[in-house]
Amino acid sequence: MENPGKEKYRSICKDVVELTAPNQRFVMAFLVGLRVTIGHFLKRFPATKKNRVCIQYPEEKRNYSERFRGVHILTKRENGDPKCVACYMCATICPAECIYIEAGEHPDPDIEKYPTVFNIDMLRCVLCGFCVDACPEEAIIMSKELELHYEGRAESIFDKDRLMNRRSLTESPTLGYRPYFNQKPVFHNPEK
Amino acid sequence: MENKAPVQVLKEKFPDAILGMDDFRGDLSIRVKGDNLLSICKSLREDERTDMDLLLDLCGVHYPQKDHQFEVVYHLYSLTKKHHLRLKVPLKESDGSVESVIPVWKTANWFEREAYDLFGIKFKNHPNLRRLLCHENFKGHALRKDYPPDLRHPCHEVVDLITDNTIENPEDREFFETGEKPPRREGYIVNIGPSHPATHGTLRIQVLMDGETIVRAEQEIGYLHRCFEKMAETHDYYGVMPYTDRLNYCSSFMNNVGYAMAVEKLMGIEIPPRARYIRVILSEFSRIMDHLTCIGPNLVDLGALTNYWYTFQPREEIYGLLESCCGGRLTVAYARIGGLTFDVPEDFEAQCRAVLKMIPPLITDVDKLNKVNPIFQKRTREVGVMSAEDAIQWGWTGPCLRAAGVPYDVRKAHPYYDYDKYDFDIPVGTIGDTYDRYLVRMEEIRQSIRIIDQYLEHLPGGPVQTDDLKVNLPPKDAVYNKMEEMIYHFKLVMHGILPPEGEVYSFTEGANGELGYYIVSDGTKNPYRIKVRPPCFPVFQAFGPMIEGLMIADAVATLGSINIIAGELDR
Repeated sequence: MENPGKEKYRSICKDVVELTAPNQRFVMAFLVGLRVTIGHFLKRFPATKKNRVCIQYPEEKRNYSERFRGVHILTKRENGDPKCVACYMCATICPAECIYIEAGEHPDPDIEKYPTVFNIDMLRCVLCGFCVDACPEEAIIMSKELELHYEGRAESIFDKDRLMNRRSLTESPTLGYRPYFNQKPVFHNPEK
Repeated sequence: MENKAPVQVLKEKFPDAILGMDDFRGDLSIRVKGDNLLSICKSLREDERTDMDLLLDLCGVHYPQKDHQFEVVYHLYSLTKKHHLRLKVPLKESDGSVESVIPVWKTANWFEREAYDLFGIKFKNHPNLRRLLCHENFKGHALRKDYPPDLRHPCHEVVDLITDNTIENPEDREFFETGEKPPRREGYIVNIGPSHPATHGTLRIQVLMDGETIVRAEQEIGYLHRCFEKMAETHDYYGVMPYTDRLNYCSSFMNNVGYAMAVEKLMGIEIPPRARYIRVILSEFSRIMDHLTCIGPNLVDLGALTNYWYTFQPREEIYGLLESCCGGRLTVAYARIGGLTFDVPEDFEAQCRAVLKMIPPLITDVDKLNKVNPIFQKRTREVGVMSAEDAIQWGWTGPCLRAAGVPYDVRKAHPYYDYDKYDFDIPVGTIGDTYDRYLVRMEEIRQSIRIIDQYLEHLPGGPVQTDDLKVNLPPKDAVYNKMEEMIYHFKLVMHGILPPEGEVYSFTEGANGELGYYIVSDGTKNPYRIKVRPPCFPVFQAFGPMIEGLMIADAVATLGSINIIAGELDR
């Protein structure tokens, strides 16, 4: 073998067949083409789930990893209050500037602040996961939910309640990107 | 610095023109007076010691605080001597002008129009100094520092790119002399795009047709212009990362890597070997994906629909692989300054091998269907030819340049991330037609598989981020439990990364060619100026002259083969 990594450029057009006797070659190419496509057809036959390439969305869905960055979740404390302490770190790091927070004083003296308003404009959000990286409290994590639909701009702004009480979260493995995605989250589910 | 060839040449020939020199982070940069810029450029191009045959990039920078208002920055490269040079020309007045360098490098045309559009810098003797990325109703110049980033201007007008529809050719002239036939005849104008299935993006090409033949073609771009560069100036270095995903969205991870490399070069930090290797592996996967996205639709344009299913099958799996690494399929945002967000999953190697195993049979099938197929050959051979000299003149890089027979690949010429340690070939074409470009891309996919194979074998362990807490977010458990890390975390999120003052040009081999980032830092948390050198931009610039004399169907075949990604073209 030659020296690995040595500058090596290789001309590739030398081995190409010249265009001679096109009619004859056309028949050949046609047969070769048929062989390839019929081969693929037989390889995928019968069209069981194992043989299929396509996923029959929405009945079937692709399995996403534990790192999938879907719609956000605001985690809760034991008593159902948001874990968020309104430190504005997620709003600062957000490259799309889609997080809006208003802070208020919490009645519990151990918790200084909490968000009175926490809105995420999902039309602006690019689902980059930076808010999860920035959060020092594990108060914001992401789900695997990716299908979003709104019937107006106002509906696209997810407020605190909507981010905290997500229906889909009661179904099992829907948690996506969060710190230490392979472990159990600190997420507390009051319904249990 | 003094004994470098460009400095010697300039000192010999234009001793008065040099205003200053600098080699911050190894980038040679010379400031020259703009008075006889054209002759300076000419001698840099023609002198055999410098031989600057490639104009990589041309851009403006606005300095309202300094005594010179603007700087026009030229990035030059020599394919034979393999050296870079940054040439900077200061401009005192805000409406000042410099000489156009189109006579030396044809590719300067659009770059100068872009600088005029975004900064208002005028170029003397430019044949067509109109706006390029912004529309005609746009007021002001977007990248000037006093232009607010959220100002909008609606566009209500459509501009005709070709106004004169008369056709004149040499035969006509002969007829004119003999007086037998009218000297001119009218052609008809056809619009291709901006929304057209064959453009695979929002581009507009207006062609003047003479029967079935294209006589003249003009391109219009900017339909997807979001002014990435202005947005980057309003964000910190960390926050630019998701924006880079949206440049070339077919291989978004490579843009991540290019940007991260540029900032790392600016800050002078080394990243751990594991991060380097993972970056290469996923970059090569992205390259495969990008080439498949080019070849599949290109063949669909030619009528060979079956290939689309074969090329998009591995692409889906690569997206799955990327998703299992970083949680996003298309816009990955995986690289970070100083490494990667987090380590790859445990079964990464097995997943990679499974994907690698499925690519070669499908590629072989595509080749079986096309490579010796007479229809395909007739549609592509000697169609859309770009000769080596012209390709260099137009500033082409990447697979399209190599298809024209010029052996230049950043991975070989300036190896980064251990590319020099492993064995792979770079395919080079002969005449630069559509067929050559197809062959080069197919072979590059095979070579990428080889590269990934070797990198996977030697994948080292260890961390994937630098431990410098001024660059990287500390681990989460430390943030939750320790005071010092908490403070670093807070500092980094709130105040951002603070690189030193200076400017760098960093380049990687993107899927379409050399992807360069030119970053000017003033020491604050926001980049002062980021200029992307998009590989598509010079390639598409040459498209008009390239298709003249061809038929519409051939123009579509050519357009597919040069792989124009509008997100990167318009930024």
